[in-house]
Amino acid sequence: MSTQTLSPPPQAPPVGTRAADVRRARRRLGLLVTTGLGLLALALLVLTMMVGSYGLTPWEVVASLAHQSQDPATDFIVRGLRLPVAATGLAAGIALGVSGAIFQKLLNNPLASPDFVGVSSGASLAAVASIVLFNASSVAISGSALIGALVSATLVYVLAFRGGLSGYRFILVGIGVSELMLSLVGYIVARAELFEARQAMTWLVGSVGQAGPGQLWALIVALVVLLPVAILLERPLRSLELGDDTARALGTRVELHRLALIAVSVVLIAFATAAVGPVLFVALVAGPLARRLLGPAGGHVLAAGFVGASLLLSSDLIAANAFSSPLPTGLVTGAVGAPYLVWLLVTANRQGLGG
Amino acid sequence: MTATLRLARTTGSGVRDQRRLLAGLLVLGVVLVAVFLLSITMGSRAITLGTVWDSLLRPGSGSVAQTVVREIRVPRTLLGVLVGAALGLSGTILQGVTRNPLADPGIMGINSGAAAAIVASVMLFGAGGLSTYVWFSFLGAGAAMLAVYSIASFGREGATPVKLALAGAAVTAGLSSVTSTIVITHSDALNELRMWQVGSLAGRYLPVFWQVLPFIAVGCAVALFSGRALNGLALGEDIAVALGQHVVRTRLVMFATVAVLCGAATAACGPITFVGLVVPHLARLLCGPDYRWILAYAAVLTPVVLLGADILGRVVLANGELQVGVVLGVLGAPVFIALVRSRNLVKL
Repeated sequence: MSTQTLSPPPQAPPVGTRAADVRRARRRLGLLVTTGLGLLALALLVLTMMVGSYGLTPWEVVASLAHQSQDPATDFIVRGLRLPVAATGLAAGIALGVSGAIFQKLLNNPLASPDFVGVSSGASLAAVASIVLFNASSVAISGSALIGALVSATLVYVLAFRGGLSGYRFILVGIGVSELMLSLVGYIVARAELFEARQAMTWLVGSVGQAGPGQLWALIVALVVLLPVAILLERPLRSLELGDDTARALGTRVELHRLALIAVSVVLIAFATAAVGPVLFVALVAGPLARRLLGPAGGHVLAAGFVGASLLLSSDLIAANAFSSPLPTGLVTGAVGAPYLVWLLVTANRQGLGG
Repeated sequence: MTATLRLARTTGSGVRDQRRLLAGLLVLGVVLVAVFLLSITMGSRAITLGTVWDSLLRPGSGSVAQTVVREIRVPRTLLGVLVGAALGLSGTILQGVTRNPLADPGIMGINSGAAAAIVASVMLFGAGGLSTYVWFSFLGAGAAMLAVYSIASFGREGATPVKLALAGAAVTAGLSSVTSTIVITHSDALNELRMWQVGSLAGRYLPVFWQVLPFIAVGCAVALFSGRALNGLALGEDIAVALGQHVVRTRLVMFATVAVLCGAATAACGPITFVGLVVPHLARLLCGPDYRWILAYAAVLTPVVLLGADILGRVVLANGELQVGVVLGVLGAPVFIALVRSRNLVKL
């Protein structure tokens, strides 16, 4: 599961082939897999817009998106109703996947998802407080969730910092902070009227459909700015994975790069959580899945983003259509994610990667 | 610091030391009685000790203050003592058995197991109150603990703190998505859950006390006599076997005890995090590494902390009260983080 345990590349090179050839072959494979995953996410995006109480063909959807459709009803359904939801799913999925993959690599632990180490719980606390105590609008809820996630992540970083950052301390402090936040969430939910408590619980599960246009645009801007940064930082991330000393010897500025990576992934997940709520497991699962598909090839972060988007879009497809009334997306990701998680925990610990 | 403390204890232990430890325990007992009385007298309606005395000695008379004492304050305080002892003992046992300084019912996902089981029971059998869901709470607590511990102990180095904490967080996440599925589709389950969830000692009085008393009493008895076994395990599995212990059997009995204690405590008062983690460390600082003493100290010290937090929650807000689970969550997290940050985390 880790890149250190190299499985043989697909075309085993003859003895004596130069390392550059192997590297080139890997890069080609990485590009291929990443492109494939990107196409899968796009296909799911179109599929999301086809399915619903009024079915559409893929051509109708694409034509309407390209402003070539003659039918105003189709235009309204596709561009007015379904595109915002589908686009939110795509963007939030990419953000969650990228963020999760960076966290897992940085803390060198396949279980170190931002779900668990205080980022999501900070967002939850702020959002629930604004729902129950201030009766806030949807944009205000998202705004406070964003601030909550950033504040909570900063808190964890500062508390875990002690002449350098160790993944071990970061995870444990994160879990401690998370418990603190969640006990306050419980308190607020208990104080609320039942109606508000339901609203808060629904937000806490997370749903792609709950984002308004403001949240969607904020998320897209964050993604456009930070995704290139994340891809550029992939090289220092890889050398950090080898350990601080090796990374330093390879010319990585350890603390600076680590801070930059944490900042990028925290901001990404904060925007995603603000838009769709703390959807569980997508960030956790995307990284290991992408790694499994890519093998030793590079380009891991972007691939994880596409896996995240595919996961979130297909979960929302199921949640919105498979039941008599539409359910929040987080319920489906939870149901799919929980068994996978147990399996992941067992294999990760068996290989001694659990921490 | 703890290492030197422990060294001093092991070399200098003797009759005098035993006597000193016993005296310390007695002092703690006196503190517990004082906190107990404080908990009866303080609250939104201040009550004098004289009234308390009257209402207990002459049950016939019926002034409001006396009813408050008999029906609310005394049962609530008794329940606090019971739940405190249960949480402290189960935390100590968890730390001893897993040899993990960060083992705690909350961190290990036991609470979320109980929560999921309770919500499921409300969904299946309707909101029947504690009488039906205490059994589910046992079941959920035991299953979650077993899952977390077995997941964390895969691999060569066994259940390390990080693995245990992550497995706990992950299982909690999985279970909470089960819980929220039920809660979102069943309003009455949500109502039941959110009241239970904040770990309140309020509103659960005498019937709850009588219901959980047998379980916690048996659990406490087993726990208090497990000091010798925990001492053996603390030396490492190999030495424990060499000393003639059935390590597997001991572990099973200990985990069953924790499941009963935590399950009962959690069913009665909701998930209370951190107290089961912090107090055993405090007890260890006070009395050294001998688990027979640590257990005794934890059994007295945890109710003191729990009742203290409950009193604090009653007086800190101008109107209404802060539930004990929230107070302990807020106060406990800094201690937990300090433990994590301390350069040499206590090795168990």
